[in-house]
Amino acid sequence: MKLTTKLLAATAIVGAGAAHATDLEVMHWWTSGGEANAVSKLAEAWDATGNKWIDGAIAGGGDTARPIMVSRIIGGDPPAAFQFNHGRQAEELIQAGLLMDLTDVAEANHWKDIVNPPSLLDACTVDGKVYCAPINIHSWQWMWLSDAAYAKAGVPVPTNWEEFAATAPALQAAGITPLAMGGQSWQQNGAFGVMALALAGQDAWLKVNKDKDATVVMGPEYTKVFEAFGAAREFSAGLNVQDWNQATAAVIDGTAGAQIMGDWAQGEFAMAGKVAGTDYECLPGLGDAAILDTGGDAFYFPVNSDPAITAAQKELAALLLSPAVQVSFNSAKGSLPIRGDVDLTTVNECTQKGLDLLAAGKVVPAGTELLSPDTVTQLNDLMTEFWSTPTMTPAEVQKQYADIIASAT
Amino acid sequence: MANPGTLAPAVAANRDMSGPRGAKPKRAFSRANIIVYGTLIVVAIYYALPLYVMIVTSLKGMPEIRMGNIFSPPMEITFEPWVKAWSQACTGINCDGLSRGFWNSVNILIPSVLISIAVASVNGYALSMWKFKGSELFFTILMIGAFIPYQIMLYPIVILLREAGLYGSLTGLVLVHVAFGMPINTLLFRNYFSSIPEELFKAARVDGAGFWAIFFRIIMPMSLPIFVVALIIQVTGIWNDFLFGVTYISSPDRYPMTVQLNNIVNSVQGVKEYNVNMAATLLTGLVPLVIYFASGKLFVRGIAAGAVKG
Amino acid sequence: MTIAEQGRPAQGRSAASSGKRPSRLFRNPMSKIASIPMIFTAVVIFLGGTVWTVIYSFTSSGLLPRLNWVGLAQYDRLWTSRKWIVSIENLGIYGICSLIGTLLIAFTLAALLDRKIRGEDTFRTIFLYPFALSFIVTGLVWQWILNPELGLQHIVRGLGWTTFNFDPLNNPSIVMYGLLIAGLWQGTGLIMCIMLAGLRGIDEDIWKAARVDGIGTVKTYIRIIIPMMRPVFVTSLVLIGAGIVKLYDLVVAQTSGGPGISSEVPAKYVMTAMFGGQNLGQGFAASTMMLVTVVIILIPWAYLEFGGKKRG
Repeated sequence: MKLTTKLLAATAIVGAGAAHATDLEVMHWWTSGGEANAVSKLAEAWDATGNKWIDGAIAGGGDTARPIMVSRIIGGDPPAAFQFNHGRQAEELIQAGLLMDLTDVAEANHWKDIVNPPSLLDACTVDGKVYCAPINIHSWQWMWLSDAAYAKAGVPVPTNWEEFAATAPALQAAGITPLAMGGQSWQQNGAFGVMALALAGQDAWLKVNKDKDATVVMGPEYTKVFEAFGAAREFSAGLNVQDWNQATAAVIDGTAGAQIMGDWAQGEFAMAGKVAGTDYECLPGLGDAAILDTGGDAFYFPVNSDPAITAAQKELAALLLSPAVQVSFNSAKGSLPIRGDVDLTTVNECTQKGLDLLAAGKVVPAGTELLSPDTVTQLNDLMTEFWSTPTMTPAEVQKQYADIIASAT
Repeated sequence: MANPGTLAPAVAANRDMSGPRGAKPKRAFSRANIIVYGTLIVVAIYYALPLYVMIVTSLKGMPEIRMGNIFSPPMEITFEPWVKAWSQACTGINCDGLSRGFWNSVNILIPSVLISIAVASVNGYALSMWKFKGSELFFTILMIGAFIPYQIMLYPIVILLREAGLYGSLTGLVLVHVAFGMPINTLLFRNYFSSIPEELFKAARVDGAGFWAIFFRIIMPMSLPIFVVALIIQVTGIWNDFLFGVTYISSPDRYPMTVQLNNIVNSVQGVKEYNVNMAATLLTGLVPLVIYFASGKLFVRGIAAGAVKG
Repeated sequence: MTIAEQGRPAQGRSAASSGKRPSRLFRNPMSKIASIPMIFTAVVIFLGGTVWTVIYSFTSSGLLPRLNWVGLAQYDRLWTSRKWIVSIENLGIYGICSLIGTLLIAFTLAALLDRKIRGEDTFRTIFLYPFALSFIVTGLVWQWILNPELGLQHIVRGLGWTTFNFDPLNNPSIVMYGLLIAGLWQGTGLIMCIMLAGLRGIDEDIWKAARVDGIGTVKTYIRIIIPMMRPVFVTSLVLIGAGIVKLYDLVVAQTSGGPGISSEVPAKYVMTAMFGGQNLGQGFAASTMMLVTVVIILIPWAYLEFGGKKRG
C-alpha cells in the first residue's frame, strides 16, 4: 500500500493526467536471472499504476539489441522506452530529434537535486535539455581477490596493485594464475582503463579520456600504466577463458588470484554463496586510488505522436527515479542507486565501500560517457591484440594508443 | 586411357533414365563395401559427436555439468531442462519458455517458405527456359546479392518497408524472407531446370502448351528433389532467423521463437544454464529436423522418375 | 570433356538453343510478368541496397545513416586498420580450406551414399542435422570439444597418450583451423544433399557404358560424372562462397575474434563497426570492399556463363 501511495504521489507530480491505462512497450537487454528479476520490479511498479508493461527483452547485450532498437525508431514504430548505457551512445538520436525531451519531468521531480553523482544527469543532458532517465550505477574500478588462493600460496592478500604484483610470483609458484582475464576485447580494455585511473591518477586519466590529450598518453604517468599492463599480461598467462564470468569463476574456486572487473562480478560471488571479507576481497581502484567511474543504464523515450502515450512515457520516467523503485530495482540487480537519499535493503561490505565512495564524491564520469563507441571499439581492438601478442611491447601499444586518442572526437 | 567416345551415343539415346540409380549392387562383404561403410561410420561419428554432447548435457543437472566431463553420460537423467526450456525459462519478465513464440514462428514460416519457393522456382524456370532480354543481368545482380551479409541491409530495408507502409507487419517480414531467399534458390532451380532434357520442352511447345502449363505439368513433377533441397534451405533459414524476425516485427507478442531462444542462451551476465541452453537449441531444431526426415523419400527420387511420367 | 559436352549437354545445349530461342520467346510476355518479383528484388533491394550502402560509405554516419560527406576518409582508416588486414588474411586461409574441404567431403559423402547403401536416410540426416541447429549453442559445444581441459585433448590424454596437445582455439597461429573444424561440420551436409540430388539425376547407362569401356569407379567419377555435374557444382560453389564471405556467427560463437584479433573476419569487422562502434560509415566502407571483391570474381564468371552462349 505504501508503495502505491508513493507511486501515486509521483504520478501526481507529473500531473500529465494519465487517467486511463496505457500499454507501454519497453525494450532492454536484461535477460539473465538477476537482471530479469530486477526488470520484473520495474514492471510490477508500473503495472501498479494501472498501466501495462509490455516487455521487449532482447538478450545479447547492446550490440545485439541496439540495431533492433534503432531499426524500430527509423521504421517509425518505436518502443515507448528503451535501455541504453547513458553517455554518448544516444547522442545522434537526440540530435536527430527522435527522442523525447524530459526536462519538464526532471524539473517537476527535482532530478537536479536528487541525482547523485550529478554527472549522471549531465550524461542525459544535451543543450540544457534532459533526454534520459538514469536508473542505476555500475562501476568498473574493482579488483576481486580470492582469499583461498592467497592462503594456498602462503602470502597475505594484497591491498594494492604494487603488493599484488609483488606477490604474483608466489602464486605462480603455487600453480595459481595471479590474474584471471577473459579473452574478449572489452575485458582487456576495461581492465586497462581501471589500471590507468588507479595508477596514473584522476588528473591524467581525465586529460586522456575527457580532453583527448595524446601527449599525456606518452607522458610518464601513463608509461607506468602501460608497463604495469604488460606485467599483468604475464600474470594472466596459463588461464584461457572467454567470458568474464568464467574468469570470475576461476577466482571463486581459487585457481586464479584476482580479477579486475566491474561491480557486476559481485553477483557471481553471491550466486556461488561466497561472502565478502572471508571468501573474497574487493579493492576499489585497485587499492591505489579509490575512485569509481559511474557508468550504468538509462531509459530513453522515443518521440511519440499519441498524447496518451507521451503522458504515460513521462509518468514512467518519473516512476523509474522514485525512491521505492530505485531500492527494489537496484537491490535485485546488484547495482547502486542513482540517488543518495535511499537505503538499499541488503548491503555487503563491498557494496558499502561503493556507496561510501559515491557519497564522498570520489567519482569520475564513465569512459563511455567521455569516449565515443567508435573510439572504444578501436581501443578494444588494440588492447586485445596487445594482450594476445607476447612480442608486442608496452612502448608499441602506448604509441598506438596515443594515435587513437589523438584522432578521437 | 579408355576411349570415352563410345559412351556418348548410349547416353544421348537413353534420356528416359528408367534404370535404377547408383552403381551396381555389391557383394555383401567386399573390401570396397567395408571401406564405404567404414568411412561413413567414422564420418558419422564426427558429425554426431556434438549432438551426443548436447543430448547428454541437456539431461544432466547443473552440478554434474560443472564437474566438467562433457562426454560422460548423465549419472542421473533429468528432463527438467527440457521442461524448463519449453515452458518455464524466463525472457525478461515473461517466464513461459520457448512455447511463447512457437506459433508466431509457424505463422512466419509457412507463408515465407511457400511464397519464396514458388517465386524462386518460377524465376529459375523463366531464367532457364524463357530467357528474355536482360534476364541474365537481373540474375547476375541476384547472384551478387547472395554474397551480401544481410545485416548490412538492415537499415535500407527498414526504410523501404516504412515507405511501403509495411514496417512492423507480418507481410513485410514475409517479403523480406522471400527477397533474401531468392538468390540461392533461384540459382538452385535455374541450374537444375537447365539440365532437364530440351526435347521435353520442345515437344510440349509443339503441343501448344504455354508458360504455366509446361511449368506445372512437366517441369514441377520432374523436379521434386530440388524442391526438397529448396524446402530444406528455406525452412532452416527462416525457422532459425532471429534478426529479421525481431527487427521487422514491431510487437513482442508476435516475435518468433528464436527471440526466446536467443534470450535463453545468449544472456550476457549471470550463470549460464548449459543444460537448458542445449535443450532449447535441440527443441528449436526439431522443426527443421522433422522436415529433413519427412522429405527423405521425395528426395531420393531422381529426375528419371519424373521424366517417365512426363 | 567431350563426353560431358555430348553426353550431358545440360548447360551447353540449353545454351546453344537459347541462341535460337530469344526471337521466339521474346514474344512471350508471360515470362516477363512472372519475373516481375525477381526484377523488383534484384533492382530495388539488392541493387538499391548496394548503391545505398556504397553512398553512405562516403559519409561519417555513426549510429544513424546521415549524409555528412567525408570523402574517402572511411576507406583510409579501413586500410590502415590492422584488424581489417588480419581479417582479410584469415578469410583467405579459411576460404581456401573451406572451399576445398567442403567440396571434397561433400562430394565423397554424396558418392558414398549413392552406392546403394543400407541406412542411407540415417546417414544423410546425421550429416545434415548440424545445418538445422542454431550456431549460438553448437558453437559453444565445439568450444567445449576443442577446449583442452574438457574435450578431445582431455580424452586422448586419458587414454594414455599424455603428450597429446590439441588446443586450436587458444593458439593464434592455428585458430582459423579450429574454426574450420566446426565450419565444415556445419556446412558440408547441405552441399552433400545438393550433390546427392545431382548424382541421382545421372543416367545409370553412363555407369554401364563406363564399365563396358573398362573405366574404374574412381576414374568414372572424375572423368565423367563430375564434368556432367557442372551446374550442381556451380550451385555449390556459390553457396559455399557466400557462406565464406558472410562468415560471422561461427567466429562470434567460438572465439569472438580471439585470441586477440587473430580470428577476426571481414563480416565481423563490418558488424562490430556498425553496431558495436556505432560507426555505420566504417562498416559500409568495409562491406563495399567486400562487395567489390565479389563483383570482381563474379562478373568474369557471369560473362563466361552467359557471354559464352552466344557463340554456341
